[in-house]
Amino acid sequence: MPEKLLDIKNLRVVYKTDNDLIYAVNGVDLSLEKGEVLGLVGETGAGKSTIALSIMKLLPAKVGSITDGSITFDNKNLIDASEADMRAIRGNDISMIFSDPMSSLNPLLTVGDQIAEVIEMHEFDLSSGEIRKKVDDMLELVGIPHSRKHEYPHQFSGGMRQRIVIAMALACNPRLILADEPTTALDVTIQAQVLKTMNELKEKMDTAMILITHDLGVVAQMCDTVAIVYAGEIIEYGTAEMIFEGKDHHPYTVGLFNSIPDIKSKARRLSPIDGLMPDPAQLPKGCRFAERCRYCRDVCREKEPGTHIFDDGHMIKCFLFERKEAIGRR
Amino acid sequence: MPEPLIQTVDLAKYFETPRGRLHAVDKVNLHIDRGETLGVVGESGCGKSTLGRTILRLIEPTSGKILFGGRDIIGFNRNQMNEMRKKMQIIFQDPFTSLNPRMTVSDIIAEPIRVNGTIKNKKEVQERVEYLMDMVGLAPRFINTFPHELDEGRRQRIGIARALALDPEFIVCDEPVSALDVSIQAQVLNLMMDLQESMNLTYMFVTHNMSVVKHISQRIMVMYLGQSIETASTDELFENPLHPYTKALLDAILIPSVRYRKQLKILEGEVSSPIEPKPGCRFADRCPLATEACRECDFPLREIEKGHYVACRLYE
Repeated sequence: MPEKLLDIKNLRVVYKTDNDLIYAVNGVDLSLEKGEVLGLVGETGAGKSTIALSIMKLLPAKVGSITDGSITFDNKNLIDASEADMRAIRGNDISMIFSDPMSSLNPLLTVGDQIAEVIEMHEFDLSSGEIRKKVDDMLELVGIPHSRKHEYPHQFSGGMRQRIVIAMALACNPRLILADEPTTALDVTIQAQVLKTMNELKEKMDTAMILITHDLGVVAQMCDTVAIVYAGEIIEYGTAEMIFEGKDHHPYTVGLFNSIPDIKSKARRLSPIDGLMPDPAQLPKGCRFAERCRYCRDVCREKEPGTHIFDDGHMIKCFLFERKEAIGRR
Repeated sequence: MPEPLIQTVDLAKYFETPRGRLHAVDKVNLHIDRGETLGVVGESGCGKSTLGRTILRLIEPTSGKILFGGRDIIGFNRNQMNEMRKKMQIIFQDPFTSLNPRMTVSDIIAEPIRVNGTIKNKKEVQERVEYLMDMVGLAPRFINTFPHELDEGRRQRIGIARALALDPEFIVCDEPVSALDVSIQAQVLNLMMDLQESMNLTYMFVTHNMSVVKHISQRIMVMYLGQSIETASTDELFENPLHPYTKALLDAILIPSVRYRKQLKILEGEVSSPIEPKPGCRFADRCPLATEACRECDFPLREIEKGHYVACRLYE
């Protein structure tokens, strides 16, 4: 059996506001092998980014807290890790790429200095010459001439900035990258460049990746496994083949697919999911998707469905599959 | 042949910058028939939003003509323009910044009516607001809420209701669904198509999302650095793209299916500057097929097949 790099069990995260408790993540199980690319898909507010921030232990202090569950990375329990331990892990073993490259770079530092900073923080035994050499290598790796390391972020285009952020994330050869909407802010042709860079680097360094996105096209292109997130839960999980080609799906997954204009078809009307995601401060009892689900029955509103695991490992959290009724996609 | 509702002739907008003239919109010729949707696509900074705003004269053009129903609106004075504005409206991308946070939903939707004085009676204005809310699918209970209390899908519906308040004929839709989640995006796209059908609206739909533009438009215009480089009917453009840039754009679309996984092709080179552009094709620096000839002179749009125009040396 391949080695598990990351193992999350029953993760629960709550945000405290003045008036409410926001139940952002509600019992998520996830695991990731070495070199695997997992896609976390879902709408805004589904809890995708919160899962990533929990892994990094970067939840906003005092407001966000992990109330239950375990996160094991490389046989280390991250929940109990001290802040000093976490600082050694962040950027070194696990690093993060954010969606907006302009706000994740410091406008007052040259890009070379920013990449060097990451290396200085984690690799204490390198001389300044070695660090400089490594900065040059990282820039070349993401396709930017190292002669530009003395320039500032505003002198680069959006796609180049995102590649600089990727260079920073990769500087210490992390074993896991959390990429939160890495290409959402980019144009399609630039998106292709960045995805290609990420793909090549993944192959070269055998890095595992969690790719957070709502773009199913990016997921189909990049991911080995896919988890669909809804109201802080994983409602469907499987390999990319199961999610994109399989015949059994959670009704929400079906709705998600029917909502995107299909470039290959000529249908003039989309069939979106009616309604909205439930307020995470007042989650309904029973299935969280029940309000919007056209297969909803009485039991869905009363009891939380269990996760049905198919023989091939495909998981769906829905009552329909407790009795193995199949629903089709268009 | 029906006369187009909107037509531009060599429409140009140049901005003066310390480093020289920025050619945001450079001699664009387009026409949109009544009841039609023209999709305008291109990367950020290609001038598509500026084009939309220039056509509405929210930005004064540098030169060229804008014909609305055959009349050039550039020479119009303030009063004439006020009349015109009732017929041409805009829906913005960001449903947060385009709505005044201190006005209620009913204030926002009623504002164009109040400003133009099309309905004087207070009760009738209220009825009109309720009618518009119903039309865009906003429940009456939201009438006195503020934008921040609503989700982004509903906020965008307010923007649409406001644009419809004066019974316009033409609406510029500037990335109206780009900020929305897919399931909400689909709801708003359906609504916009229903409204177009029932009110015979004409849309100019500006976006960078190729699958959305394919879904909603009858014809598509591709822009690159201020210029229109290819125009064709939607089906023709997707089946038979001619310009190398259009091909690259279509190649970069990721299809949500594992069967279409592909080797990503990369456009080399950087986008050249729109400030004092060099003569010749502006895409030449990134074009895999560019030769010296491409950099020597400009290539105007040329009709290759009926209704399919392209500006490229390969088709001279």
